[in-house]
Amino acid sequence: MSKADMKNQTVSGEANGGTILEVRGLKKYFPTKRGLLHAVDDVNFSIEKGKTMGLVGESGCGKSTVGRLLLRLTEATEGEILFYGEDLRKLDKTAMRHARRKIQIVFQDPYASLDGRKSVFESIAEPLKVQKLYPDKKELEEKVYELMATAGLAKRLANSYPHELDGGRRQRVGIARALALNPDFLVLDEPVSALDVSIQAQVLNLMEELQEKFGLTYLFISHDLSVVKHISDTIAVMYLGKIVETAECRDLFSRPLHPYTQALLSAVPIPSIDYHVERIVLEGDVPSPINPEPGCRFAGRCRFCEERCHKEMPELKDMGNGHFVACHLVNG
Amino acid sequence: MSEKSKLLEIRDLTVHYVTVDGTVHAVEDLSLELEEGKTLGLVGETGAGKTTTVKAVMQILPDPPAKIIQGEISFMGEDLLKKSKKAMRKIRGKQISMIFQDPMTSLNPVMTVGDQIMEVIRLHDKKLSRKDAWIKACEMLELVGIKSDRATDYPHQFSGGMKQRVIIAMALACNPKLLIADEPTTALDVTIQAQVLELMRKLKAQYQTSMIMITHDLGIVAEICDYVAVMYAGEIVEYGNKEQLFHRPSHPYTKGLFACIPNLMEEEMKLVPIEGLTPDPAKLPQGCRFHPRCPYASEHCQQKRPKTIETEPGHFVKCLLIEGREKE
Repeated sequence: MSKADMKNQTVSGEANGGTILEVRGLKKYFPTKRGLLHAVDDVNFSIEKGKTMGLVGESGCGKSTVGRLLLRLTEATEGEILFYGEDLRKLDKTAMRHARRKIQIVFQDPYASLDGRKSVFESIAEPLKVQKLYPDKKELEEKVYELMATAGLAKRLANSYPHELDGGRRQRVGIARALALNPDFLVLDEPVSALDVSIQAQVLNLMEELQEKFGLTYLFISHDLSVVKHISDTIAVMYLGKIVETAECRDLFSRPLHPYTQALLSAVPIPSIDYHVERIVLEGDVPSPINPEPGCRFAGRCRFCEERCHKEMPELKDMGNGHFVACHLVNG
Repeated sequence: MSEKSKLLEIRDLTVHYVTVDGTVHAVEDLSLELEEGKTLGLVGETGAGKTTTVKAVMQILPDPPAKIIQGEISFMGEDLLKKSKKAMRKIRGKQISMIFQDPMTSLNPVMTVGDQIMEVIRLHDKKLSRKDAWIKACEMLELVGIKSDRATDYPHQFSGGMKQRVIIAMALACNPKLLIADEPTTALDVTIQAQVLELMRKLKAQYQTSMIMITHDLGIVAEICDYVAVMYAGEIVEYGNKEQLFHRPSHPYTKGLFACIPNLMEEEMKLVPIEGLTPDPAKLPQGCRFHPRCPYASEHCQQKRPKTIETEPGHFVKCLLIEGREKE
């Protein structure tokens, strides 16, 4: 069975193109004592099969919430999540469990997301057991070892526990577990942020290899722009619950249009002494997402802000070539 | 360079952590120099011994388990390791201050930020009245870009970036000669990091403070440091000025670090990771400590410990391959 599954994967991987996931009007409001927290506020995007979309933004912008909403680990307040054209939010419990075979998530901190009392083998076998895919013990064992090999884990680690592993290996367990059910789509929520740079490169390369091998589609959530640029085909920049700009990777970096994107890109320290980047230093901090003011969310920190920016919320405008930007001051 | 301009000189520092599970060789035979007014970047991955080194300078290593086995830490011509606890307390916060990584845990949650800054000032200048100390504390807050009317606020009322500013204000309150910053921006978002780096650069220029900046981010090194020391498994494997390190990295580990980070300004097809893992400091490999992960390692590297070689004036490398090449 596992072999056949693999084959299917490769075939679907070859049939690249076509939208695998489309998100429309996605909203998540959390009620708090001080009012409604607009964590995700009317987010729209779509991802093509076999591609990687990078979702970037600073802490509290709602990027992780978007990832959790897709898998319905947190229920959205409003909106549609179309996975292969079917709205995941309309599925009942059983159907959703079935859908999760195809859509999986890898979390930032593998230490927190792995059960400390389960061995590597048990952690990877768990999704297979939950979905009752391998009733035969021998086959299950084979599948787990195969997954460990795929994620670059030595067989001898099968009986190790998370605390005995280093961060890189722990993250490989997280990846092996996410791959267990042969998913088509992976949400990667800051998968390399907790790792040292030399290990980070190992894990990033592994993810690129896996994508090629199994035709996987990724939503790559990260605050690290250098990493996102390296791995993504398209990028969406979030600020305070809104997508402010989205474009093809190269286009976004060579021609950032939104003042926030421009500031964000200029803030990244470059590991070279041969470039001089004109830095745009933003004043102040990200404002509170609780009962946000009307108008553009970035208006308070924007260098170019005008009167209407405080009144009207800018919509995403098509700038051609798949480049969209939500700013009153950029002319389409 | 004349002897006089050297602010800090570390010679053959060795620090061990003695535990029941064995001795951890955290720092071994480490030597460093820092001139007045300059910034040194201390680069390396988790467990390389960066924080242990600077904690030895501050003498805030937890003993037990930490033991300074040997070495000399000369600060303005005096060996800090020979100082009494009382004398050290006078230096800490006054002449050498330290900023820690996590601003959330280094502030006292039940004291206003103004009181916390005032505490440092009054501790080192007993003659100053409360009122004058408070005025000075408010000035320090203004200096780091926080309105002085917030001096009566508590830490939880500030954001992460603001808290780190408060800590910088506190560290600079006594106008120290040396500022040690241990990953000061790692917990912050990039745009906030940019603000804090900008501020540190400005203050450094204004007060001529020397600085040791611990970081794992070569981007920050490129931006703020004059000299760089790359640490691996308790040793400095390469040392030089910024230009030497960035244009002519020589140690295989330094080269590896550059190859494995994605760069925003360049298009790289594939990252070249450094294979393997950093060694367990309780069980360090024989010979060169980097040899199990080094793509150029020969049999020689498994047995012999490399010496530090000066490849060009001021550029030091600890690698047997380079040692061999120099001999020829």
